[in-house]
Amino acid sequence: MNRMDKALTQPDVETGGVAALRHSWRHPGGIIGWFSYDTHQAIGMRYIVTAFIFLLVGGIEALLMRFQLAHPNSGFLSPDRYNEIFSTHGTTMMFLFAVPMMEGMGIYLVPLMLGTRNVAFPRLNAFGYWMYLGGCIFLYWGVFSNSAPDAGWFSYVPLAGPQFDFGKRVDSWCQMITFTEVSAMCVGAELIATIFKMRAPGMSLNRIPLFCWSMLVQSFMVISAMPAVMIASSYILVDRTSGTNFVNPAEGGDPLLYQHVFWFFGHPEVYIMFIPALGFVSAIVVAHSRRQIFGYPAMVLSMVATGFIAFGLWVHHMFATGLPQIAQAYFTAASLMIAITSGVQIFCWIATLWTGRIRMSTAMHFVFGFIAIFVLGGLTGVMLASVPLDLQVHDTFFVVAHFHYVIIGGSVFPLFGAFYHWFPKMTGRMMNEPLGKINFWVLFIGFNLTFFPMHILGLKGMTRRIYTYSPEMGWGTLNLLATWGACVIALGGVLFLVNFFWSRKAGKVAGNNPWDADSLEWAASSPPENYNFEHLPVATSRYPLWTPQEDFTVVTGLRNDRREVLVTTLMDAKPHHRYVLPGPSIWPLLAAIGVSVGFAGSVFNNWYIVWGSILTGLALIGWFWPRRPVEMLP
Amino acid sequence: MNWSGKRIITCIAALGILLLAGCGGHQQSVIDPGGPLAGRTAGLWWFFFWLLTAIFIAVLALTLWTLTRRHRGIEQESLEVTHLPSEQTESKLTRVVAVATIATVVILFILLIGSVVAGKANADLGSRAKNAMVIDLTGNQWWWQVRYDNPDPRRIVTTANEIHIPIGRPVEIMGRSNDVIHSFWVPNLQGKRDLIPSRVTTNWIEADRPGTFRGQCAEFCGLQHAHMVLWVIAEPEDKFEAWLNAQLRPSVSPTDSVKQRGQQVFLNHECIFCHSIRGTTAAGQVAPDLTHFGSRRGIGANTLPNTFGNLGGWIVDPQRVKPGNHMATVPINAADLQPLLEYLESLK
Amino acid sequence: MRALATIVCCSILLLGACQREKRDLRPSPTRVALFGDAARQSPLRPGGPVEPQPVVTNPYNGSSYAIAQGQRLFNWYNCAGCHSQGGGGIGPPLIKKAWIYGGEPENLFDTIVKGRPNGMPSWGGRIPEYQIWQIIAYVRSLNGEQPKSATPGRSDTIQTNPQTLKSRTSGATK
Repeated sequence: MNRMDKALTQPDVETGGVAALRHSWRHPGGIIGWFSYDTHQAIGMRYIVTAFIFLLVGGIEALLMRFQLAHPNSGFLSPDRYNEIFSTHGTTMMFLFAVPMMEGMGIYLVPLMLGTRNVAFPRLNAFGYWMYLGGCIFLYWGVFSNSAPDAGWFSYVPLAGPQFDFGKRVDSWCQMITFTEVSAMCVGAELIATIFKMRAPGMSLNRIPLFCWSMLVQSFMVISAMPAVMIASSYILVDRTSGTNFVNPAEGGDPLLYQHVFWFFGHPEVYIMFIPALGFVSAIVVAHSRRQIFGYPAMVLSMVATGFIAFGLWVHHMFATGLPQIAQAYFTAASLMIAITSGVQIFCWIATLWTGRIRMSTAMHFVFGFIAIFVLGGLTGVMLASVPLDLQVHDTFFVVAHFHYVIIGGSVFPLFGAFYHWFPKMTGRMMNEPLGKINFWVLFIGFNLTFFPMHILGLKGMTRRIYTYSPEMGWGTLNLLATWGACVIALGGVLFLVNFFWSRKAGKVAGNNPWDADSLEWAASSPPENYNFEHLPVATSRYPLWTPQEDFTVVTGLRNDRREVLVTTLMDAKPHHRYVLPGPSIWPLLAAIGVSVGFAGSVFNNWYIVWGSILTGLALIGWFWPRRPVEMLP
Repeated sequence: MNWSGKRIITCIAALGILLLAGCGGHQQSVIDPGGPLAGRTAGLWWFFFWLLTAIFIAVLALTLWTLTRRHRGIEQESLEVTHLPSEQTESKLTRVVAVATIATVVILFILLIGSVVAGKANADLGSRAKNAMVIDLTGNQWWWQVRYDNPDPRRIVTTANEIHIPIGRPVEIMGRSNDVIHSFWVPNLQGKRDLIPSRVTTNWIEADRPGTFRGQCAEFCGLQHAHMVLWVIAEPEDKFEAWLNAQLRPSVSPTDSVKQRGQQVFLNHECIFCHSIRGTTAAGQVAPDLTHFGSRRGIGANTLPNTFGNLGGWIVDPQRVKPGNHMATVPINAADLQPLLEYLESLK
Repeated sequence: MRALATIVCCSILLLGACQREKRDLRPSPTRVALFGDAARQSPLRPGGPVEPQPVVTNPYNGSSYAIAQGQRLFNWYNCAGCHSQGGGGIGPPLIKKAWIYGGEPENLFDTIVKGRPNGMPSWGGRIPEYQIWQIIAYVRSLNGEQPKSATPGRSDTIQTNPQTLKSRTSGATK
């Protein structure tokens, strides 16, 4: 037992020791109890599992699209069904998988990495999850009742307006956005509060793990960008249901207003999906090359700079709408500039790998795959930043190839690496490494087989969002190749699931720190107890578990018979005050139900806003009903 | 298997060459320019492509090269204890990363200048154009309305789904839309420009060789976005003038009784609610003008080539060919169909 | 058992959207049927008991796609030329309770197919039957007789006319 373990298991005789801790942090039982969980591990895991299910669903939609496009003039899907499927695929991947998955990983890992017991607002955390789940159910209810969105994942007007899109398809898209963005903003707010104020004492801002920095930047971006998409989708929704004219050109509205507001969100959105992945890569690179990251300040500053610059690029999605030249030049320059910040990160990682002792685990395989794929995608992004080139390849399969390279390479590969890296922490067992490496290669090969030909298809003139094409265009071979690649990706997904389920039952038992990694989450047990650490650690360096110490310092004096955490100062993380977190509660679910009734019903009848508000108001009253002061509890 | 950097690069290069083999000389291709604007863009493309490919190979090689170092045990001892290499190594790395970052900035600057210069040259075509021509293009779901304007109203030409342009003359396309956002894109000639309702957007095209260039709508516009094709036919000035004058003539009168019957069929069915044939009483405005339909290359925004058989199938069951398009399925007798086809195909 | 009940309940609820979202892109262009027999305007019949009338329903009731097509055809076939957007002008308004020739589906069908005195043209034989039903569905929606979820929230009655709107020229040259 190393010094850390010994220090962390000193019995605390004052308030009942570990038994009391376990009791005050226990999950409530029964069905109502299950709906009341509020520990960050439980909620984080719920996000991760739900988002993974929607990754698979979106993948199935992608396979359907590929089957349709494999042959020219294919009759597999009607144009109406194809439009629904590609719109739902994009919507599912962007709103129901990518952002919630990153948030779920953040909710799970950030408190562990910071050395605290829960996020700052546990019940808000639960509420955010139920809102996200409500959005998923709402959208897929529509999908299964022939009301899937069919105007693309971005729903441009006037095509998505009342005259050209019939029924409730786009309405369900618009309102799903509201659900998921409310959820994202809840998570953003609580992660910022947690990262700023609930760190282990001694973990000053320049000692925070890079993954926590990435979640911090991402959370600020979420809070700034999500309102824009809520507004944009609300323009369409009220135009469609309530006779307004925000984006109706016939009455003085403007279709381009919608595009500007949407892309003001849309561009930061892709960085919201990408920046946490940068955090994953940093964590994996540090742990598996067994050296401190090279250039920590540069890494932090480049992530922050990426977050800022991302808000100044959005018009590059609109180069074809006929802009003044000066605007084109400005947005080209900004779009090129963001390559610098990503480039700095890549250089620092290569420098770290160069001088480290690399362990070629599956997670490290995914990091290398990430670099290869993401850099290629980033370079095609540089091409797209140039206006003349963009005007040729915009809205073709070249763009489809580009964004899949940056999203799958830049977000999904690190995500899989993160799964292989943190699975031992989350479940207590190791994933099967040989199968994991096969998994990586299948995904890597399948991905490149699917998406590389799309660059060429775009240059050969194949536009996006077409349900079929004629044989004389010469696009058939590459499309067939892409479809085969998609099947290989599907195989990769199956391999991952096999590895996952097998390893849960029969994987090698991992200890607390199988990778001999550096950050605080590896000091907790695997899987962590609800309370994470028996005693909250004190951080004396940037890499706490790599710092040899005589006596590992822990925090004492917090009560174990209630859910108490330590709030620290912003810059230097000096202990400031104790804070009692609320326990499990059913009110977040009830509040989410009230809000969902209001949102979902208002698509059909505006009166539901009133009924939903009343229900939500009642739920909030229950939520915030004053309780007896905690000191008086037995 | 020993995945050395060299092996991997060779594999990627081989695959790349195989895939790029399908690249050259094709219809609707970005890299097969038919005019100066697309030519400048294609040149910019190749500049970007080779420079960025070199950068990609360099970064990939560097990344993979790190794998060769892990068995050499460099600074093993200090790493195991402090997880940090020596100060010297760190300062060397700092220099290298700084140089790489500066190089990135410089390269991006070069790309920015190149891009802005090329873009400006393309955009300034209009101000330099001496003998420019203007074509009004209006996007509809799911066909193209073409209008050659003229100060003399008798010389205004209206047609659909096909543009003829003279070689060597810059042509300004004034883009409008009657319903949703479409996008005019003829890759061999120029980048795209969206057609946005309530706005007029302008774009320039110019061909410098004869040819038939295919364009396609490039902004998702609904059920039949896939089947909204536009042909741009570039021909010498005299042939273009001949074509334009032919378009000005009213429709060809039926020359025999079968075509006469066909014209009657056309005028007695609902065709006239939507289509127009100048020289007859058919004056519908919401569907393609059919005055010179017989001389056009395609049917249904070039979904089908313009042949007797295709036209018959289109008229009898347009929803089979292009499901969701706005042409009604007109109930028509078998005896009426052949004369109608003969009449329409005679409208050269 | 509970699982089965859940599935059944969910299926029933899901089916609720079927009619609204139905998109009949390829209806068969049957010969126009003249509902001479169905379009009675009086329930009284001399001699013998009153036979129950065959009930005619519009197959496109509640279908948002059909209502939208009906709106398009209402303008393309220039019904608006006489009836405006339902308010009437040369022709009678279409937003009303008392229909001159009856407001049942079969009566409206008859009106459009056969025409009526004083100016209503006879469309029978010119436009296919399914389009007549689409127009009738739209006219019904003007009266508020279609489900609100299937009708658009606002009518885009003022069609964008680029020739009359102030031209906002936007191009790279300017």
